[in-house]
This record gives sequence, structure tokens and C-alpha cells, in this order.
Amino acid sequence: MPIAKLWTSYYTLIRKSFVRIVRIWPQTILPSLVTSTLYFTVFGTILGSQISAVDGFSYMQFVVPGLVMLAVVTNAYTEVATTFFVSKFFSRNIDEILVSPTPPWVIIAAFVTGGLIRSTIVGCLVLAVSMFFALPHVAHPLFIVLFLVLSSVVFSLAGLVNGIYAKSFDGISIVPTFVLTPLVYLGGVFYSVTMLPPFFQALTYANPIFYIINGFRYGFLGISDVSLVLATTVLLGLVAFFVAVSWYLLRTGLGLKQ
Amino acid sequence: MTSSVTSHSKMLNAALVVDNVTKKYASGTEALKGVSLTVPQGDFYALLGPNGAGKTSLIGIVTGLVNKTSGTVSVFGHDIDRETEAAKSMIGLVGQEVNFNPFEKPIDIVVNQGGYYGVPRSIAIPRAEKLLSDLGLFEKKNSKAMELSGGMKRRLMIARALIHEPKFLILDEPTAGVDVELRRSMWEYLTTLTQGGLTILLTTHYLEEAEKLAKNVAIINKGSIVAQGTMDEVLSLYKGGADDKYATGKLESVFLELTKK
Repeated sequence: MPIAKLWTSYYTLIRKSFVRIVRIWPQTILPSLVTSTLYFTVFGTILGSQISAVDGFSYMQFVVPGLVMLAVVTNAYTEVATTFFVSKFFSRNIDEILVSPTPPWVIIAAFVTGGLIRSTIVGCLVLAVSMFFALPHVAHPLFIVLFLVLSSVVFSLAGLVNGIYAKSFDGISIVPTFVLTPLVYLGGVFYSVTMLPPFFQALTYANPIFYIINGFRYGFLGISDVSLVLATTVLLGLVAFFVAVSWYLLRTGLGLKQ
Repeated sequence: MTSSVTSHSKMLNAALVVDNVTKKYASGTEALKGVSLTVPQGDFYALLGPNGAGKTSLIGIVTGLVNKTSGTVSVFGHDIDRETEAAKSMIGLVGQEVNFNPFEKPIDIVVNQGGYYGVPRSIAIPRAEKLLSDLGLFEKKNSKAMELSGGMKRRLMIARALIHEPKFLILDEPTAGVDVELRRSMWEYLTTLTQGGLTILLTTHYLEEAEKLAKNVAIINKGSIVAQGTMDEVLSLYKGGADDKYATGKLESVFLELTKK
């Protein structure tokens, strides 16, 4: 396919995603805002006022980056996994794309962009809500953008792999409930890893969300429990891994074609 | 040598060449057992067979929705494995099942499909409006697709399949559940398209209509082609005196004779 046609195909897919995200905003945007407001109220204001400062920042300022990132990764994942799975399993309109000459890498790029669009909208709105509770400290804006984009891409890709391969709705809901949520909660959203005993510290280093949250928090507060080079490398490694898996699945039709 | 030259020339002029294609599903079902057929350019070709004969598996393989086990397929000379994008660009598919997002508008469904083939919106929108108008759906272009009647959904699928102006249209039982009047208007519309050079591969259970419309025909049964050729050649297999008093035409009698075993 010539470049212009590839671009048209990519643009069509992301336009469709954007229209869908906006059209059903009570499903795509509102839930994260409500949940985050509750988090800010309970952890930031009610409990946070009882907790001493962390690395010189109020507890509310400390948890905001983690809670924004929680919304970002959840929405990136859900957007792609659900959209792909529903179009594969229920309306079967994924065939519209599969019969077309759109190559797998454009499909991957477009679905990931859809995840990035939704997670960025939700992330920005959650950050805006947090300002009612505490004004954010912004130390390194470029790191905020870098980690927002990288983590959205990683979780959009993970959602795509899950959406392609899942054989039932359970296959889609199991990952956010039993994998994503525990990883997020144990990844340092609500605490610094230095507060943990050595054994749990070691376990935390095996959690990819830990690197995402720390990189993102560094962008806001200028503090991190890990090397930023290591955090970026882990994320880039995950991007490469999930791109390879999703490309293989789309190319061979594994999980999609009979 | 003569045979080889003839065969090569036939392939160059063919819209579709299926050569010794087999398909065995993970369940162990052998859906296709070495199927070979050639659809000439500009033809109205009927692929007939009872339910479960392998028609939809074959169409799935040609359109990239099903992986074949062995054999080769080329569309206008483009091998579907080596020149996948070029082969797919040539094909428009009207599948057996309604498979669009029921919450989308018909105009968006058709325009977006054009987008996946690289047709920009500035071209796709007027083209989609013309197709929807030709197929009697213009008034419904901004309704939700789920609100369309069964016949309208079928016509929407035809509009969607034609948006990128394919050279080869595959129709997998497009008139299933469609009333007589609408069926006839659809056949008329499709016949007009073949006069403009479009090649059509059709599967249908309405054999009397296939007999009238198709120039060439293949009958598939239990994964194997049991007869193929021009309609006259296949009809010549009719021996007369078919024991089925309900048969509505020669083709139906031939079909029953070849598929009852």
C-alpha cells in the first residue's frame, strides 16, 4: 500500500476510536474521574492529613502522580482490549479490517493510538480534578510526557494482545482484575518503596508498574526510587516485546482466524 | 506445451485461481480436500453446495479470514500469501453474517470501510452516498445500523463491499432471508455491475436464480468440487427424470443428483 493509503487507513481507525470515546464518554471517561475523586478524598484528604510528608512533599502531592498513572494505564488497557474483543467476538466487524489491505503494523499503531488518546484525555482530567485537592508540583514536564506516552503504549499493546487472544469476556476481565489492579496497588502508588521491608522491596523491583509510577512521579516531584534510565529501558523493552507479540498474532491470525 | 501455455494464459485472465487448496480445522474437520477452480475476469460465477460443503471456508481463505492448510490462491495474478495487500485491494466481500457495528450509522460504516482500503473521506463520502442511494438506503444513512430491516442490512453490506471499487466481488449468500422483490432488485443491480467489468463470485441456495444469472458454475460437496464448467456444461449433466418432484429447474436436479451421495 502506498504511504498516502496507509495514512488514510491509520487515520480512519483513530478517527473511529476518537468518535467512539467521545460518543460514549459516560463509559470511557467518567468512571475514572469518579474513582479518582474518591481516591483523592479518602487517601489524600481524610487519611493523607494523618500521614507525615514523604521526601518533603505532602502525602496528597505524593499520591497524585500514582493515581493519575493508575487512570492512564487502566484506560489505555481497557480501551484497546475491550474495543478489539467486542469487534472480534460480538459484532464481528473486526472482519472489516481483516479483509482490507491494512497491514498488521498499521492496525497495531492505530489501536495503540486509540488507547493513547483515551488515556491522555482521562489522565489530564484526573490531574485537573486533583488540583481541587492540591496544586501539583511540576519538576520535569518532559518526563511527565515521556512516561505518560510510554506507559500508555505499553498497556495499549498489552490490551491489544489480550483482545486478540481472549476467547471469552472472562479472558478480558481477568487481566485488569487479577493482574493489573494488584500490580498497580503494589507498584508504589500509595507508598515509597523505601518504606517496605527488604523482601517486599525486592519483589517490587519485579513489578513493571513500579518503574512507570516512579518515572512519572519524577516528572512531577523530581524524586524517584529507581534509576530513570532503568525505568525507561524497562518500558522500552516491554514496548518491543508487546509489539512483537501483537504483530505475530495479527500476521498469523492466531486467536483471530480459524 | 500447448496445455501449459493455455493454462498460463487462463491464469493471467483469471480473477481468481484456486489451486489444490485444502483446509483442515483444529477440530479435525477437513473442510476442503484439494479444491481447484478458476473464475474468469468479468464472470458471474456461482459456487454452489449444500450447507457445510466448504463454500464459506473457501471464501474465508480467499479473503484472508481463514488460514488454508495447503495449496495456492491468487487474485488477478496476486498470490494471497506473497502479495497479500495487492490481492486484498481487489476484493470486496459481502459475508454470510451481518458483521457491522450496530451502533454506527450506515454512512460511517461505508465511509470507514473505504478508509481501510486507503480511500480518503473526501472521495469516500460522495461515493458512499451514491452507493447508498443506488441501493435504496440514502434516507437511512444517518440512522443507527441496528434500526435497519434485514434486507436493508444486506444492502448496506453490498454498499460497504463496493466502496473501494473492487474488481472482484464475493457474495456469500447475500439474499438469505431477503424477500423476492428485493432479491430481484439486488440481482438486477449486481448484473449491471458485471456489465461494467466487475467479476462476481456468488454462493446462494436459490439455484433457479443462479441458473439464470451465472455464466460459470462450480458445485462443491463435502470439501470437493463435484462439477464445474459453463452453466450449459453443468446443465448437460442433467439426465432427465429426476426423482425429485419438487425440483424447480435443471440446475437444481443436477445439484441434487451430485450432492445426494
